[in-house]
Amino acid sequence: MSALLEVSGVSKSFDGFKAINNLNFSIGEAELRAVIGPNGAGKTTFMDIVTGKTRPDEGRVIWGEKSRSLLKMSESRIAQEGIGRKFQRPTIFEDQSVADNLMLALRKDRNPLKVLFFTPSEADHNRVATLAGDVGLADSLDRKAGELSHGQKQWLEIGMLLAQEPKLLLVDEPAAGMTPAEREHTTDLLVEAAKTRAVVVVEHDMEFVRRLNCRVTVLHEGSVLAEGSIDHVTSDEKVIEVYLGR
Amino acid sequence: MVRFFCLWLLALCGLLPLQPIQAQSVDAPIQQLLQTHGEIIAKSSRKSIGPAIDALAGSGLPEAQVVLQRWQDKEMWVGKDTGLFVFGDKDGKELLATDVADGSTLGPFVAKDFKQLKPNSGIRGMIAAALVQFQLSNPDPIVRLTALSAIERDAEASHLTALRASIDGEPNADILARKTRLERLLTIQFAEDDVERIAAIKGFDGDLGVDVRAALNPLATTQIVASDTPLTGSDIRGIIAPGSDGFSETDAYALLVADDKAKPIIDPEDQKQILVANINGGSVAGFPVSTLDTQIARDEAYAALAAAGRADPVATQAETATILAGFTFYERYIGAPPNVALAAVAVLSNIENKVAVNQAVDLGLDALSLASIYFLAAIGLAITFGVMGVINMAHGEFIMMGAYTGYVVQLFVPDYTLSIILAIPLAFAVTFAAGVAMERLVIRWLYHRPLETLLATFGVSIALQQIAKNIFGTQARPLTAPGWLDGSLIINDIVQISYIRIAIFILALLFLALFLIVMNRTRLGLEVRAVTQNPRMAASMGINPDKINMLTFGFGSGIAGIAGVAIGLYAKVTSEMGADYIVQSFMTVVVGGVGNIWGTLLGATMVGSLQKGIEWLNPSNTLAAQTYMILFIILFIQFRPRGIIALKGRAAEA
Amino acid sequence: MPKDATSSFGEKYLGGSGGLAPQSVGAKGVETTFIAKHPSVLIFLACLAVFTIGVTILAEGFGIGVISTSFVKTLGKTLCLCLVALAMDLVWGYCGILSLGHMAFFGIGGYAIGMWLMYARTELIVLSSLANAPLPPTPDEITNGIATQIFGVVGASEFPPIWAFAHSLSLQLAAVVIVPGLLALVFGWLAFRSRVTGVYLSILTQAMTLALALYLFQNDSGLRGNNGLSGLQNLPGLDDVPQSAVSLWFFWASALALGAGYLVCTWVVSGKFGSVIRAIRDDEARVRFLGYSVETYKLFIFTLTAILAAIAGALYYPQAGIINPAEIAPIASIYLAVWVAIGGRGRLYGAVIGAAFVSLLSTWFTGGQAPDINIAGVTIQWVDWWTVLLGLSFVFVTLFAPKGIGGLFDLIPRRKGETS
Repeated sequence: MSALLEVSGVSKSFDGFKAINNLNFSIGEAELRAVIGPNGAGKTTFMDIVTGKTRPDEGRVIWGEKSRSLLKMSESRIAQEGIGRKFQRPTIFEDQSVADNLMLALRKDRNPLKVLFFTPSEADHNRVATLAGDVGLADSLDRKAGELSHGQKQWLEIGMLLAQEPKLLLVDEPAAGMTPAEREHTTDLLVEAAKTRAVVVVEHDMEFVRRLNCRVTVLHEGSVLAEGSIDHVTSDEKVIEVYLGR
Repeated sequence: MVRFFCLWLLALCGLLPLQPIQAQSVDAPIQQLLQTHGEIIAKSSRKSIGPAIDALAGSGLPEAQVVLQRWQDKEMWVGKDTGLFVFGDKDGKELLATDVADGSTLGPFVAKDFKQLKPNSGIRGMIAAALVQFQLSNPDPIVRLTALSAIERDAEASHLTALRASIDGEPNADILARKTRLERLLTIQFAEDDVERIAAIKGFDGDLGVDVRAALNPLATTQIVASDTPLTGSDIRGIIAPGSDGFSETDAYALLVADDKAKPIIDPEDQKQILVANINGGSVAGFPVSTLDTQIARDEAYAALAAAGRADPVATQAETATILAGFTFYERYIGAPPNVALAAVAVLSNIENKVAVNQAVDLGLDALSLASIYFLAAIGLAITFGVMGVINMAHGEFIMMGAYTGYVVQLFVPDYTLSIILAIPLAFAVTFAAGVAMERLVIRWLYHRPLETLLATFGVSIALQQIAKNIFGTQARPLTAPGWLDGSLIINDIVQISYIRIAIFILALLFLALFLIVMNRTRLGLEVRAVTQNPRMAASMGINPDKINMLTFGFGSGIAGIAGVAIGLYAKVTSEMGADYIVQSFMTVVVGGVGNIWGTLLGATMVGSLQKGIEWLNPSNTLAAQTYMILFIILFIQFRPRGIIALKGRAAEA
Repeated sequence: MPKDATSSFGEKYLGGSGGLAPQSVGAKGVETTFIAKHPSVLIFLACLAVFTIGVTILAEGFGIGVISTSFVKTLGKTLCLCLVALAMDLVWGYCGILSLGHMAFFGIGGYAIGMWLMYARTELIVLSSLANAPLPPTPDEITNGIATQIFGVVGASEFPPIWAFAHSLSLQLAAVVIVPGLLALVFGWLAFRSRVTGVYLSILTQAMTLALALYLFQNDSGLRGNNGLSGLQNLPGLDDVPQSAVSLWFFWASALALGAGYLVCTWVVSGKFGSVIRAIRDDEARVRFLGYSVETYKLFIFTLTAILAAIAGALYYPQAGIINPAEIAPIASIYLAVWVAIGGRGRLYGAVIGAAFVSLLSTWFTGGQAPDINIAGVTIQWVDWWTVLLGLSFVFVTLFAPKGIGGLFDLIPRRKGETS
């Protein structure tokens, strides 16, 4: 299995605090992976490094078939390379309609001049409608995104991620603040998405992770503590000690 | 002599119309001396009077000083018939005369029998110079000092001897030192003996006094001379090429023309005059007037005129270049003999190096004082911006309010020291209140909306500025510093710093200390830091963030008020003074890095030294200095977007 | 106006340019025209046309003379201010960049056109004064004559290098666009590249404005120091045309520019591009993770609006007659922000209304035409107190009416199909 993303030997410290310490991580092309770990384990910093928001002090981040380094790329360039990111709190454009939000995310040329002269085709409209249907927002296309409920906003953001058609999806605590029914729907969406691309889910909630039924990476103090199936990691002594046992 | 004696006899015999009541001491040495030079004294011509004054001054007679003095004061008269000199005081038609020798009253005479000596200003100047030697030895030290100052202002060769003569008997050590120094300076300028001059010059090596440079510079003066043969000689400083700095080719050619070594070139305007004067039937020397609309055509027409002998021949552009190439231009010392000039140049260059060092120190002090002003102006802003994340565009107006508070206090309390002592806490109180009011009324509704805060405080700023204008008018109001802050601390002729700036510097240090104490040692500081770092957590621990924000804002504004008093003391108090400082204050905060008092300090130092540094590079133009400084800062932000001292860690990354 | 009429008008005159999102799920895929999707554009253009025609009829130049020439100029200038407010709204209201430097671009536009106006007119004066000289003037004499006329006031008699193109109208017209465009491009590139945002960016733009104003205040800036450029109201070679007619020409040009500017701005903000820049305003980090190069978009908007502002300035100053560095001072850009905020940012007509309303009101108050108020023996003179009122109302609008005057239109029930 060739790795889509390979993070090796990455370290990053803030004011002497080592947020990431010699982290190694890799994920294949169509794989669902859950990343768990206690607060301060470096989960968010890990995502920041992959998406280009934070530059690591050392280490390599290699991407894709051509094995290109992501470290020199800007955030937007990395996104264009096919890495999508969902934040912990839903970040959608509340002032714009659901359709606009999705249209914005649709995989298209991002060049300003192309965007300026862009006219959506019927296929684009259809794609937006389909995506909205996938995330259960078919009836809300014309509503302002700000008017949606919290769960709907989360879905809209997932929809936007899907619209980007990324090769790798980084999802930060997607189930936070959702009702059980919404959680289930979210799980389905992620599992479905992972059939065609790599998905990394950062999660706190063990129940949710269990339901994803995938390989789990446990982070602790900035490096990988354990990796394997959920049953494997939950039975690991070290994991129990630092995380689960508390 | 015999003639005078006879006259005296005649007078005694009653042959004169009005007899002196008391005998005039005709044979007194001073009168004798005056009589010797009687004719030239009576003639009163500047050209010929010299020997008379010198004789009087050099006579060694005790009366000579008084005579010179009263002569200078136009109080000396000469009898028309007797030719005798008296001191006179004209009263109506009478002249009250006194004796030149002993000052005894000679009695009233008919004024028209005497002629008043009216030395013109040139002669009075010569008399004054002659008087100097008496003043230099005067028992009154003030008179001696005045005389020294007069010589320092306007020295003459004759002073040198007088000065040297007076040094020996000088009792006062300070005056003696001054006299000795002045004697050395005069030696440089006027001594006959070159060895003596060079010794004096070398004695001033490294001396920073302006007077030394004023004495040496003329010696090092050079003149440019043109020559078609190589010039050698000890007075030749070197070759100067036309077109080099300060000596253009035009200058070089003009020099040749002035020396009659080249044909003149003609100014286009003069050429035009001559062409116009030679218009004949619609053409000039065969060239139709209508074709003379280019310089080339005009040159041709002029050349034709010159060829016909109707105008002076002039050099063309090409000719001037050839002629210039045929000459070499030399710089020659003309201020002094070459060995003296070289000594002066050597000493001057040493002095200039030392001056440069001292100027750098002076510039550093200037920069430091400007930095303290920016620090004072910015510290309040740094507090509100750093602690609360609030941009207060009305900060400049708080500075202005502080300054006007000082002005108003001075209206009621005339004692400047007391009024400043009162004004500082009052300014703090006024601006603290204004800050709290603004926080309550405007800012707290806009937390986490920084752009809106910026705009709303703009509105307040516009309004406050106009209100100040409406109340105090547009002209600048004075805020006078107490007398003990007048003047400067003078370290040498180059390095000096005014006491007000020192006071502002100390004030800035005090504020730094105050800030550090408040933030690190008090309950308020602890709570402020807690609210800054995590308002929700702070609130849950019983700290009221509302209150803390209000107090912080008030504190920041209050400091702006005090800064206003300080700035008002050295700058003008106007309604726009705040606006003058606001951009620099922001620059200081931004350059230094938000949320750190040391950053603000560094930022102020950097902005201040930068501005002074650029001003020094281009002293004529402070506007340009500010322009370049701002451009520099815009570029600086490129490389350190978060300022010199950036907040690090996750808080900054978020 | 009935919807079908709108559509046909749009289709007929502006052709069909598709909108971004479908009007509703049902209308998906139906091509709608630009105008039909934005009836406010048509309303705006109609109002502008009626206003222009009305003023023309009432003016002295060609009409019945109810409106004085000076007031026509005031109205023309107001239209230019509306245009620069439009640019400000685009960069601030839509893209979230609170630029405090757009009046600098406005001023540069004015200087660029002013240089030609001053040069060409002085050239005519110099030529006519040299026409009777005994010798025909040489090119150098003409140039020196012009230079002495223009720069005598700052003690210079030679043209500084920046006047190299002043003789050519077309080059100076190009400079109106190119100089501010380049300045905005370079400044914006530097600022956006280093991720300077929010209040930092505002302060940086303000510093840029201040630097420019201070530079121009110098006598050796080459632009006559604080004397500025004057006599711009006189068009070279058209001394016979009365100002009443010239004022109307500029009034029409300003109206045309405003109309065109409104169309351009609406076009920019309506499509996907508008969606992107509004997204940048609301959360630029998120837009970055969507793969958009936020800096490039910002730079595009910053430069575009700088050019719009410069065009407005190039039309404004021939009507004002004089331009000096004080016009570029930071406070001018602050007032620009005030207009847009009071008018209502984030909607183009809001900016226009704000600029027109506040600047006309300001002219009225500071012109001494407003009646003084006498409260308990204290006379409030509006000349003095208007600025205070303006400042405070600005605070009020920021606090209580963030939508500004334009927000009033939200109270009108929205018609079907109109998008904001």
